[in-house]
Amino acid sequence: MADVVDRANITDVNDMAEGFSVLIGGIAGDGINEAGLTVSRLFSSLGYNIFMYYDYPSLIRGGHNFSIVRASRSSIAAHSDRIDVMVALNQETVDRHRSRLKESSFILYDADKASLAETGLAGCGLAVSGILKEAGALPVMKNTCILGGFARAVGIDWAVLEAVLKKHIPKKLEQNLLVARRGYDQAGPFCSLPANGIKTGQQPEARGRREKERPLPIISGNQAIGLGLIAAGLGAYVAYPMTPSSSLLDFLARQAGWFGLKVIHPENEIAVMLMAQGFAYAGVKAAVGTSGGGFSLMVEGLSLSGMAEMPVVVVMAQRAGPSTGLPTYTAQSDLNFIASAGQGEFPRFVVAPGDAAQAYYWSGVALNLAWRYQIPSFILTDKTVSESQYSFDRGAAGEPGEVAPIIWDGRGEFLRYRFSESGVSPLAYPPVRGQAVKTDSYMHDEKGITTEDALLTRQMADKRLLKGRSLAAELEGYETVVSHHPSEASSGPGGDPGPGGGGGVKSSQWQPGRTALLCWGSNYGVCREAGQRLGLSVISVVVLVPFPERRLKGALQGVDRLIAVECNATGQLASMAESFGIPISERILKYDGRPFSIEDLLSELGRVLA
Amino acid sequence: MNPKDLASPARNTWCPGCGNFSILNAVRSVLAEMDGQGYPVENTVLVAGIGCHAKIVDYLNVNSFYSIHGRTLPVATAIKVANPDLNVICFSGDGDSLAEGLDHLIFAAKRNIDVTLILHDNRVYGLTTGQYTPTSPQGFRGRSTPEGSVEPPMNPAALMLDAGATYIARGYSHGIEQLQRLIKEAVLHRGFSFLDVLQVCVSYNNLYESYNKWTYTVEGNDTSSHQEARKIIGSWNYDRSDAPIPLGCFYRAGSPRFDQYFSVVRPDRAERGRRIEVLLENFI
Repeated sequence: MADVVDRANITDVNDMAEGFSVLIGGIAGDGINEAGLTVSRLFSSLGYNIFMYYDYPSLIRGGHNFSIVRASRSSIAAHSDRIDVMVALNQETVDRHRSRLKESSFILYDADKASLAETGLAGCGLAVSGILKEAGALPVMKNTCILGGFARAVGIDWAVLEAVLKKHIPKKLEQNLLVARRGYDQAGPFCSLPANGIKTGQQPEARGRREKERPLPIISGNQAIGLGLIAAGLGAYVAYPMTPSSSLLDFLARQAGWFGLKVIHPENEIAVMLMAQGFAYAGVKAAVGTSGGGFSLMVEGLSLSGMAEMPVVVVMAQRAGPSTGLPTYTAQSDLNFIASAGQGEFPRFVVAPGDAAQAYYWSGVALNLAWRYQIPSFILTDKTVSESQYSFDRGAAGEPGEVAPIIWDGRGEFLRYRFSESGVSPLAYPPVRGQAVKTDSYMHDEKGITTEDALLTRQMADKRLLKGRSLAAELEGYETVVSHHPSEASSGPGGDPGPGGGGGVKSSQWQPGRTALLCWGSNYGVCREAGQRLGLSVISVVVLVPFPERRLKGALQGVDRLIAVECNATGQLASMAESFGIPISERILKYDGRPFSIEDLLSELGRVLA
Repeated sequence: MNPKDLASPARNTWCPGCGNFSILNAVRSVLAEMDGQGYPVENTVLVAGIGCHAKIVDYLNVNSFYSIHGRTLPVATAIKVANPDLNVICFSGDGDSLAEGLDHLIFAAKRNIDVTLILHDNRVYGLTTGQYTPTSPQGFRGRSTPEGSVEPPMNPAALMLDAGATYIARGYSHGIEQLQRLIKEAVLHRGFSFLDVLQVCVSYNNLYESYNKWTYTVEGNDTSSHQEARKIIGSWNYDRSDAPIPLGCFYRAGSPRFDQYFSVVRPDRAERGRRIEVLLENFI
C-alpha cells in the first residue's frame, strides 16, 4: 500500500477519463462480486463504459474480497488505484484501502461493522442491521441496503436503482426494494457530502450519458469467449473446473439448453482433452477450458490433436504459477509453455485477447481456424481478462461468423489424410456407407493406417507443417497486431502528459511516437491508456502463434525504443520478439499476481523514461 | 456381408499363436453378421488404446480412432454423445485400461455410457516386451520386477460391478464361438459393457495350459442378480493358476445411460445469433 501513497503525485486518471472509481470491499461470502456488478449496472444505465476488477482469495468464506468498478465515457479495460467512493462492508476494507482514497473521496459504510472514528475520513455510516431488522429482511440483503445509500450519495436517481434491482435481483424483490429505499433515504439526511460532492458534485447522469444510446451489457471475458465460440458454431464444451476458467464452464453449462450445447465435466483434464477429440471425430465442434495445471494434463492429448489432425479449441486462462501458485490471481507466465507444449512438431494457433470485445471476436476466429486447418487453437487469457467485467459492444467487437471446414466431396476412396496443396485433407464423419473413416495417433498413411515408412513419415511431417504455412498466410488478412499511435494534434488527454503526468516525467526526454509499449493480452487496456497519457505508441500482439512477424515489424516502423510490458518475471513476449530480431529496450514486468493499475504502469514508465 | 470384406490391407504383425487373432476373427464375424441385421457396419466406430491389442483397428476396414495409451473411453464417450446412432466399441489392454486409464474405466462404468469395452487381458505388457500389469499374479517375474512383483493383482470384473457397469462378462481367446456370442451380446447391450477376454500372449505370458485346464463356462446363473454376479466374479481373483476360472456373462442390468441426457437440437446460425442477442439483454 505504501507504493500507492508514493504515487500521490500522479494526476488523477479518472479525471482524465472523465469517469470515476468505486471500491467495494467485505469478507468472502459477502457477495462482493455481485455488489460490484450492481454498481457497474447503475453506471452503465447512465451511459458509462465499465471495467470491473474483482480481487478475491482462494477460499469460500472469510478473507477479504474487493471489487473496483471504474466508469468512464470512453472504452476502458483497466482499473485505477485512485478511488472516488469506497463502499465498506467491514472495517478491514477501510483500513486496507484508505491509501487508495483521494482528499475528495467519500466512504459509505456499514456502521455496525466499520467506523471512521479517528481516521479523519469523510463518509456516511448506515445503520444497516437496524434497517434490516425493521424491514424483517435477511442478512444477505445488507448489500442492497448499502447500495441504496451509495446510489443516493453519488446522486443516482431512485428510479435507476429500482430498475436495476428489479431486473437483476428478482428474488424477494419487495424486501430488497424496501431495504434499498431505506438505505437511499438515510444516506440523504445523514450524509454530509463535501461541498462539491464527489469530486464533481454533479450527478453522473449529467456528465456521462451517451445520448440516444442503450446501455451496453456487462459481461466477463469468459462469457465473451463463450459467446464468440457459440457464434462460430460451438457444439460441445468439455472442462474440469479450475480457476480462473471455471466460470466459463458454469456459464456454458447454464446456457447448454438455450444454445443446444453438449457440456461435459468429466473425471480429469486428460479425459477433457480426449473427449474433445472424440467430438471432433464425429463432426462436433468442441472446446475445452482450463488453467496451467489442468493444461499440463492435457498436453499428451494436445500432441494427439497435432498428429491425428483433430481440431480442438483450448481456452487457457492463466494464473500465477508455478504449480498451484496463486489460484485466484493473474499472470502471463504460460506463453512459452503454450507456444511449445506437446511432443513432436505440429502447427497451432494462439491468440491472446485483451478485453471482452477481442475475446468475443477472436474466440470465434479460433474455432473457425481450428476446423479450417484441423489444428489445436488456443485462446490464451489470464485471470484479468477471464474474470473482469466489461461493457460489451457486440456491434463494435465484430462478428467472427461461422466458417465451414473443408468437407470430402464423396468421390473415390475417402482418405482421411489425403495430401493436398494446402496440407489440409477434406473431412468426413461416420457413418459413410462403403468408407472407413480412420484416425491414428501413430505415424500413418493417407488412409489413416499405421506406418513406419521413412518416406511417408517425412511426407506427413511436411503435410502438417504445410498447414501451418497456409494458416500463417491466411492470418495476413487479420489484424493480428493492434497499434495505437499518439495523434499529431495532441488533442485530448493523450497528447500532452502535462505537469505531473507520468509521475513527473518531461515529454522532452523522448520523442512521442518513437517510443512504444509492446504488450499482449490483458495489458492491452492499461497500456492503451498509459500510452495515450504519455504520448507513446502502443503495440499489442494479439496473435502470438504463428508469430505475426511482418505485421509487427510494420507497426514498429519509426519506433526506436520498445518497452515490453508483461505480467511475468522474464518477459516472455519480449524474448519471443527478440528471437525474430526485434530489439527490446526495457522490460516492465509485474509478477505479484495483481494486474497493473493505470497508476502502477504510469509509475513504472516514469522510472523507465526518466 | 462376408467377414473377409472387413479386412484391411495392413500387414498383421502379431506373433504367431497370439490370442489377439481370435478376438480379431470374432469381431470381424460379429460385425459382418450384424451388418445384415439392421446394424450397418458404417455405424460402428472402433476405438483403440496403445499396445498389441490396439493394432486390431489397423486390421479392420471399419471406422476407427487409434487413440493413445489408456485413452479409449473418453474418446468413445464423446463419439457416442456426439452421435448416439453410432455403435462404439473400445479395444483396450490390461495395462491400457487398468493402469494408465483406470480413471476413465471407472467413470465409463459409473456413467453407464452406451459403449462396449473389450479388454485384451493377457496380463503382461507385450509391446514393451514383458513387464507385469495390474492383472499379473503376485510374484510375476517381469522385466521391471525381476525378483517378482510385490503387488497382488486387481479383479477388473469386480471393480466394474462396483463401479456400475451394466454388462459384465469374460471370454477366452481359445473359445471363438463363445467369444463371438459374448461380443455380440456386449455390443447390443444398451449401457456400458465390459468384456474381459483372457487373451494369451505366447511370447511373454503363455497361460494356455493353465486356462485350458481351469476355465469353465457358467451356466444357468441369474445375470440380473448383483449378489450372484459378485459371488461368481469373486471366485477367481486373477491370483491363482490352479483354481477354476469362470467364463460367460456374469451380470446384465438396465440403467439410465449418460448418452441419453444431451440436447440433440441445435439452433441454426441465424437463430444462434438472435439467441446471443436475447441473452445479452439479461446482462444490461
